[in-house]
Amino acid sequence: MDITVIAESSGDGLHPVTAQLVGAAASIGGTPTLLCAGGVGATEAASIAGVVKVISVVGDCFGTFDGGAWAEALNSVAGGDVIIAAASPSGREIAATMAAMRGIPIVQDATGLAPGITVTRPIYSGKAIETSTVTSPCAITLRANAFAAAGGGGNADVSTVNQSADVAVAVKEAIAKAGERLDVAEADIIISGGRGMGDPANFSHLNEVADMIGAAVGASRAAVDTWDEIPHSMQVGQTGKTVTPRLYIAVGISGAIQHLAGMRTSKYIVAINKDPDAPIFGVADYGIVATWEDALPALKVELGKL
Amino acid sequence: MLLKQVPDTTAKISVSGGRVDESAVSKWSMSPYDEYALESALQLKEAGGGEVVAITCGPARAAKMLTDAAAVGADSLLHILVEDLSTLDSTQVQAILAAAVARTDSDIVFCGKQAADTNAGSTGPGVAHLLDASCVTMVSEVTSDGGSITAMRASAGGNERVAVSAPCVFAFDKGITELRRPNVRGIMMAKKKVAETLSPADLGVDTGGSSVSTKGHTPPLEKPPGQQFEGAESVAEVVGKLRDEANVI
Repeated sequence: MDITVIAESSGDGLHPVTAQLVGAAASIGGTPTLLCAGGVGATEAASIAGVVKVISVVGDCFGTFDGGAWAEALNSVAGGDVIIAAASPSGREIAATMAAMRGIPIVQDATGLAPGITVTRPIYSGKAIETSTVTSPCAITLRANAFAAAGGGGNADVSTVNQSADVAVAVKEAIAKAGERLDVAEADIIISGGRGMGDPANFSHLNEVADMIGAAVGASRAAVDTWDEIPHSMQVGQTGKTVTPRLYIAVGISGAIQHLAGMRTSKYIVAINKDPDAPIFGVADYGIVATWEDALPALKVELGKL
Repeated sequence: MLLKQVPDTTAKISVSGGRVDESAVSKWSMSPYDEYALESALQLKEAGGGEVVAITCGPARAAKMLTDAAAVGADSLLHILVEDLSTLDSTQVQAILAAAVARTDSDIVFCGKQAADTNAGSTGPGVAHLLDASCVTMVSEVTSDGGSITAMRASAGGNERVAVSAPCVFAFDKGITELRRPNVRGIMMAKKKVAETLSPADLGVDTGGSSVSTKGHTPPLEKPPGQQFEGAESVAEVVGKLRDEANVI
């Protein structure tokens, strides 16, 4: 089965999810061709084990993001029966547009794939898991960190194709993110605060811990809705970001069902809350019943010893 | 304005007999991202004129959501009746919605970036392609000076202000504006507003032969109960376990 994998970029290189997409494609018996939009990461892509071919698609349209234009350019180069992309905002848009262009169905945000093609994915933000089958040809997007990554050591051919498309979305102004802090969607470790932090200024204590362990700082919906200083980009949960870090530390978060939906698949969860009956303890691997005022200074001391 | 009714985000989801039990859902609501899109559509109408048509594709219970949309200011309502959306694949849903939009002669389409049930996000881009419209996703705000339309969207580096011309589709993230609440007059007026109800066949869309078939649902894997500690003095022990037992720091 020919599978076209849309490489996911991050800055000037490949996002780690790209090797996971290749691994997943191989797991259903696919021979993956990688498409690199704008040529980003093509050399790196060629070294992923199992990739048979890398096509670097270059054109003026790749200068800024217009999902429709990117999809049109990529689609005219893409072969294959099955299209696989990352379930990132851009990956979802490109794959959905390519699927519509081809008149084929798309299943988004899969966390499991088996030959057939059987797709497993969380629905209702993880409150249930759905298993379905989809007939080829189709498009499927995959959630990051849900699939084993293909290894390195590959040596695929790289070809370059000049292919652009008309851009309909003109970028007028780019507004940089305030601060240099890691995005919760990208982070391996997240420390999040809830309304139990009492005041948005107290998030500085979370920042200090985050800096010690290279973590991103997140927030519950209650915190984001209550305090203007806490932006929605920090929100973890059903109307925020769904995250799967290896360590999630929830501080002063009671654990509303919307929040649990966004973080329950984290590998390890630590909860710090003064209320022993808080629902967050139900999903925590390590629960500490304490106020954040007591626990965070202790945490800083202990992390400092590592 | 494309809307979808979903279980409220506060609602519990239970699985019985290998399927999500919809009858056990305590409350159905407009999908949260759609609410932000609707707010923005109403603001655009107030600033520059036009009419907001609320469209949904879904079962009979979704009529309540259309009435809610009318109560905050949607001018007319169009309900494409499909009792079980899970019997349709993305191509069919998009064909229905694109045909519905075309029927209303709308040139700006608002929707949520994804619905809070399937969390897919295919509808906006797919409908845009079918309507030969440009598409902007992850939108938080839309303004117009009469001619060009400007949207704020989330980008990898922060935010971007982008310009597009109609026809166009805006798929909304959680916005920055406060959502309006219906007032008594709006609620009374909405009760009198009758949705036009059509079938997919009325729009010329064939709903047979979906390429995707649902095999079953399961509840999320229950984690084994975790370890509980008392007081800040236990932090040292937990950090030790994170290092030695979990190997995550």
